[in-house]
Amino acid sequence: MTTRTRPLSPHLQVYKPQITSVLSILHRMTGVALVAGTLVLVYWLAAAADGPAAYATAQGWIGSWLGYLLMIGWSGAFFYHLCNGIRHLVWDVGCGLTIDAATKSGWTVVFASAGLTVLAWVLALNFWG
Amino acid sequence: MAEFTLPANSKIKPGKTVKAPAGAKRPKNFAIYRWEPDSGENPRLDTFEIDLDKCGPMVLDALIHIKNDLDSSVTFRRSCREGICGSCAMNIDGTNTLACLKPIEEVKGDVKIYPLPHMPVVKDLVPDLTQVYAQYTSIEPWLKTQTPPPPDRERLQSEDDRKKLDGMYECILCFCCSTSCPSYWWNGDRYLGPAILLAAYRWIADSRDEMAGERLDELEDPFRLYRCHTIMNCTKTCPKGLNPAKAIAEIKKLMIARH
Repeated sequence: MTTRTRPLSPHLQVYKPQITSVLSILHRMTGVALVAGTLVLVYWLAAAADGPAAYATAQGWIGSWLGYLLMIGWSGAFFYHLCNGIRHLVWDVGCGLTIDAATKSGWTVVFASAGLTVLAWVLALNFWG
Repeated sequence: MAEFTLPANSKIKPGKTVKAPAGAKRPKNFAIYRWEPDSGENPRLDTFEIDLDKCGPMVLDALIHIKNDLDSSVTFRRSCREGICGSCAMNIDGTNTLACLKPIEEVKGDVKIYPLPHMPVVKDLVPDLTQVYAQYTSIEPWLKTQTPPPPDRERLQSEDDRKKLDGMYECILCFCCSTSCPSYWWNGDRYLGPAILLAAYRWIADSRDEMAGERLDELEDPFRLYRCHTIMNCTKTCPKGLNPAKAIAEIKKLMIARH
């Protein structure tokens, strides 16, 4: 019997999600979201350079409710990726690698990124809106 | 490459249900992954309802009770029944652990038991460990030296140097950690995985070993070492309470320090 004919035991289907693993895959997903967000930023800058008509089109799209929703999502992704990136840097020097510390730092990152996102939008809408 | 779904021959079908005899005082369901190599059929999930008064407190006790009294064809590895041999490593209630160290009462609801994740299955709960053993061999897990040993005694080590091996020498190679690691699931053919990297660091950190540089050379590879993304499933699941994630971080630090 060769290994190829053997079934593969279940993995993602049965493994219990944990705070550490969920935040890990979230880091990857927010990284991908930021790439998409950067493309929109480039489009916005290019539209501004292109002239008033193109810029108005871009503003109209970004200023729509869907645009706002995506911008809030991207800013959330940015702050999460930033905070969790710092968490990774701390790990890279060999600190915080116990279950207890990683759980606490994980929740800290969740609340910090949520707080920073809210703060950024409160500031943006009140002072630059 | 990452394949998130199971291949067609690995999809799990519903199986049989065995009820506890009437009058069972503390019934509990055990859903067990079954696969018979000779049947040509897909794996299935059999459910055995047992009376907890009829068996000991651990999941392994329940498995032995099922094999003895309900279905002698249920197949699993076990030996020491006290967490020292690593044979009964399996996925219980969603995480990997040793059946002999897992109290049944820690599991709420039905006890779901699968083989170690993302491994070729030999039969039922028995995974094929050929690859992890080959990877273990690849790190040459023995003391390697260039200088001759003292003629009159063994190579000695200070107490402090000996202490550096605590938390590593205790590994029993049950591979709960490696098979909990998504990076190892997707890249197990090239990534060494937490168990093997912990073992590698155990020899790198040994004051008597004189080949740390060569050992690091062997690990300096985008896949063998650097597929670790600090997901921490390994440390979370280790039934011996060891910390492979920390050992891998120490190897990465040594890599940076020597450049």
